Amino acid sequence: MKYYTYYPGCSAEATASPLGISVLPVAKQLDMELVELEDWNCCGSTPYWSVDKLEAAAMAARNLALAEKTGFDLVTPCSNCFVILHSTNEYLKEFPPFRDKVGKALAVAKLKYGGGVKVRHLAEVLYNDITPEGIAAKVTKPLKGLKVAAYYGCQLVRPNGFDDPESPHSLDEIITSLGAEAVPWEMKARCCGSSLVMSEPEVALELINKLLKNASENGAQCLITPCPLCQINLDAYQSQVNSRFGTKYNLPVLFVTQLIGVALGIKPDELALSQNIVSPMRLLSPYL
Amino acid sequence: MTQTMVKSPGTEMAFIDEVCSIPGGEAVRSCIQCGMCTGSCPTANKWDYPPRKAIAMVRAGLRNELLSSNSMWFCVSCYSCTVRCPRDIKPADIMHALEIISIRSGLSTKRSRTPIMYQCFVDSARNYGRVYELGMMIKLFMRTNPFSALKLAPVGLGLFLHKRMPLKPSRIKGIAELKAILDKARALGGAK
Repeated sequence: MKYYTYYPGCSAEATASPLGISVLPVAKQLDMELVELEDWNCCGSTPYWSVDKLEAAAMAARNLALAEKTGFDLVTPCSNCFVILHSTNEYLKEFPPFRDKVGKALAVAKLKYGGGVKVRHLAEVLYNDITPEGIAAKVTKPLKGLKVAAYYGCQLVRPNGFDDPESPHSLDEIITSLGAEAVPWEMKARCCGSSLVMSEPEVALELINKLLKNASENGAQCLITPCPLCQINLDAYQSQVNSRFGTKYNLPVLFVTQLIGVALGIKPDELALSQNIVSPMRLLSPYL
Repeated sequence: MTQTMVKSPGTEMAFIDEVCSIPGGEAVRSCIQCGMCTGSCPTANKWDYPPRKAIAMVRAGLRNELLSSNSMWFCVSCYSCTVRCPRDIKPADIMHALEIISIRSGLSTKRSRTPIMYQCFVDSARNYGRVYELGMMIKLFMRTNPFSALKLAPVGLGLFLHKRMPLKPSRIKGIAELKAILDKARALGGAK
């Protein structure tokens, strides 16, 4: 059994609930003990980062201070939470005056952060600690014949990634370990438009369209992604792309943990498969 | 060089020093204007001044022109520029620094909804300790163009029907403690 402190992030409780739900049974089957960080708060995310950096770092640091008490690595399934918590750690190391101010802010709540927490992305933990071989050993329903495009998005692999920032391969190896076929495609680590889908929808829809086009032209029957925002953009906005560009995509977009869960023989309910907007049920029915 | 003469209002700081004072902004002096950032940016064609030019403007002291533009608000934080920059200057972090200074100076553009969206997000995170996505979206549309919500309504409804859009916010127990931390950070003087 491997132990981790778990930081779900806000979206895993809401718009990315299929992620938050599917992580738990998958971790259990893979002998990972994820202990949720007590009373964690929002990481601050890119918006706070772009409004006030000191407040943003103090917000992230409350989580780091709480996590430090647990003594385990802090694991998040959210790519944006990962970048923010990881970068906060770096800024606190690199900029002593900044660290002193964050320290004074934390002290108001009798908290202290010594800089000792290792922040990790769940996908990296699955790849490095559990390993594709370890996952393969637990597969009970091999996904033979299923063509899957691994969509890494940006913040899993940039700027602090564990994989190649331009042409990553870790999730492709995980797909193969499940018995499925990893479809090669060029745009696997290109941007989906992130939160600009709300403020500048035209810009984001254009980027989402490019991704769906590239994945489907390469024969993908579905995509997987570790990132809440990427999943929402490609799944929930797929019908908007279809009406905007006259396309007819019907590509299910699963969270990595959902696809792993199917291959591990976990029930569809426990993986929240019915919560995906583009239904993956017909595609996955041979394996359920 | 004349740019060191351009002072930021209310401070004795040159614009470039103001950018350098925010963690992540300090490397702006090392830029060699190669254009790798602009070439790597997925939204560069929307920016009033694309990344390379924006960095040149920081160094030329063109403060108001840049801070009131839509440029940095199109940064999607994909970090393609950051991993490719031959000078390791982290252009995405510089864009975040420009966003901060733009809001702080009251210069942020009305032509993009991104500055208001970011502020709605921050308000939500401060109030509950976690982001209340539905509340944040409603606030964003009310503060910008309520009618544009109609376009996105089917997406919101789809998420709601798939149990992905809680109607109530989730609030942390230590919200008072978190607010005290954030207030103290604010009192300690912004992002310097």
